[in-house]
Amino acid sequence: MLEKALTGSRRYWGWIFFLLAVIGVGFIFYLRQFAYGLGITGMSRDVSWGLYIGQFTFLVGVAASAVMLVIPYYLHDFKKFGKILILGEFLAVAAVVMCMLFIMADMGQPMRVMNLVLHPTPNSVMFWDAIVLNGYLLLNIIIGWTTLGADRKELPPPAWVKPLIYLSIPWAISIHTVTAFLYAGLPGRPFWLSAIMAARFLASAFAAGPALLIILALIVRKLTKFDPGKEPIQALGKIVTYAMIASTFFLILEVFTAFYSQIPGHMASFEYLYAGLDGFGKLVPLMWLSTILAVVAIILLVNPNTRKNESILAFACITVFISLWIDKGFGLIVGGFVPNPFERVTEYWPTMPETIITIGVWAIGLLVLTVLYKVAISVREAQIDSGSNTH
Amino acid sequence: MSISRRDFLKLAGISSLGIGFSATDLLWKNRAEAIEYMSSPKGLTAKRWAMVVDLRKFKTEEDYNRVIDICHRIHNVPDFGNLKDEVKWIWTDTFEHVFPFQKNEYLPEGVQEKKAVLFCNHCDNPPCVRVCPTKATFKRKDGIVAQDYHRCIGCRFCMAACPFGSRSFNWRDPRPFIKRLNPKFPTRTKGVVEKCNFCVERLAEGLKPACVEVSNGALTFGDLSDPNSEVRKILSTNYSIRKAELGTRPSVFYIIGGDEDA
Repeated sequence: MLEKALTGSRRYWGWIFFLLAVIGVGFIFYLRQFAYGLGITGMSRDVSWGLYIGQFTFLVGVAASAVMLVIPYYLHDFKKFGKILILGEFLAVAAVVMCMLFIMADMGQPMRVMNLVLHPTPNSVMFWDAIVLNGYLLLNIIIGWTTLGADRKELPPPAWVKPLIYLSIPWAISIHTVTAFLYAGLPGRPFWLSAIMAARFLASAFAAGPALLIILALIVRKLTKFDPGKEPIQALGKIVTYAMIASTFFLILEVFTAFYSQIPGHMASFEYLYAGLDGFGKLVPLMWLSTILAVVAIILLVNPNTRKNESILAFACITVFISLWIDKGFGLIVGGFVPNPFERVTEYWPTMPETIITIGVWAIGLLVLTVLYKVAISVREAQIDSGSNTH
Repeated sequence: MSISRRDFLKLAGISSLGIGFSATDLLWKNRAEAIEYMSSPKGLTAKRWAMVVDLRKFKTEEDYNRVIDICHRIHNVPDFGNLKDEVKWIWTDTFEHVFPFQKNEYLPEGVQEKKAVLFCNHCDNPPCVRVCPTKATFKRKDGIVAQDYHRCIGCRFCMAACPFGSRSFNWRDPRPFIKRLNPKFPTRTKGVVEKCNFCVERLAEGLKPACVEVSNGALTFGDLSDPNSEVRKILSTNYSIRKAELGTRPSVFYIIGGDEDA
């Protein structure tokens, strides 16, 4: 099937070469980082994780959100997701690839990555994260590729793939739970030390992931002959609505616990993020932008009249995505480190090379996504051409 | 000594079986543990090394600088001259920042602003060891939390986990920033984490940590598990505090002061 990615319009190839160019630039900057060290980034002794780990955390959520299509389709027999299921699974593949690349980009000694395998350490959450992420990548590649291949031949997927599909459901939950455990189990970081962290991660993931999927589905409809359909998009819109409300609710729970208890350590990071602390407030405008976007998104999504209008839905999905990207891909990580254990504030802001490397990894993700979507959509277009649209 | 053909074969068979077993053993069971210093007969040993910091005995700026300088000099700790790249094993901060949970504006004058020396607490229940995905940081049998610079992959999970801010990362090559190289201690490379090691290299030679040696009695080092040790004697006769509320069981204790120095 992969050969379908090798034939395409000029626009397709233009996009591919554009992405390759961006990746090339990102790679050049990565080589600089490789030679100089992570000092090329904005990170420091006090804020020792930054944009890279933020992207990793956010994208694990995007990857996990494929389950929001798998559950309705396979467990509730919601047939309308049948045709776009593959878009969710391939999005998960691209997202996990990006997660792994961001981890590599963040490592001080990337050449020693195999030490994870040579010295397996089950008491480290990172050990489990490596296992669940690799497993999830494999599951989605196998499931996506097999079901699409069967679909192309107008056959039901082979029986052996069914158990893998069912396994992928708890597995998707596990990748984001384990990722939350990276943070939620650390004693000296009160901002992260919260039992609701994993639940909040999942809620924000099930909002941001399907929001991105809606945007992608609308782009696919515009650029190709394959129409993901109005109803699946509306169904996804409802999922985004519920999840976004849950995610915001969980955030409010965190704020309540911190501020009603009045425990200084639990309030400090929120103060830094939303109001500034000791005169430092680099992230304040961003965090309020995230808040405003979240409110706008919820208003537009809750109202059925605006949600059913596809242009407004698309706009709402963009606001959801940006709002949660800021909250989870940036504020959550930096906020955990500010103030430091000595109640002192060191600020963080990504540097130019760090930003370019980050964009480069996103470009790799988009390239993987483009190639996989090209294959999937070519199969769908062939079905439309032969008029055998049986779903 | 002669050996019959039959015995030779028997011996060879058993040996190869043995080699086979020990090879599997090496591969699957005893995957090499991270390096530790071999202790010589003259080395100092303990069940749990601990440090008592007596703040009453730090009087001048020089008292602080002396312990910091000796540590950073013998351990080849680089000085980048900026906060962003900073690597430090031992440093100072004021009481109110060292013990944020002990904030109390009614303390005797000068206590809040009093500086304390800070370094790795060599916790008995260390979160950094718990989170390390490669066992590059590990707790030795004598309680010291050590770091293997050659195994560390630079993920910095330990830095997020440490509630004492004890760990530094080499954001860039530290070697050009070492003022005077001590050839007896390894330098580090970029991309690895490091921290205070309670001078394991000196303990192995029968010497106490360097900071203790130059502290004029302000720092006391000893075995916390031995009721007759110097540290235990000091702790049993002076009121000491530590940041213990997080359950890491730190092995560094602070004596703040009493009437005589108020």
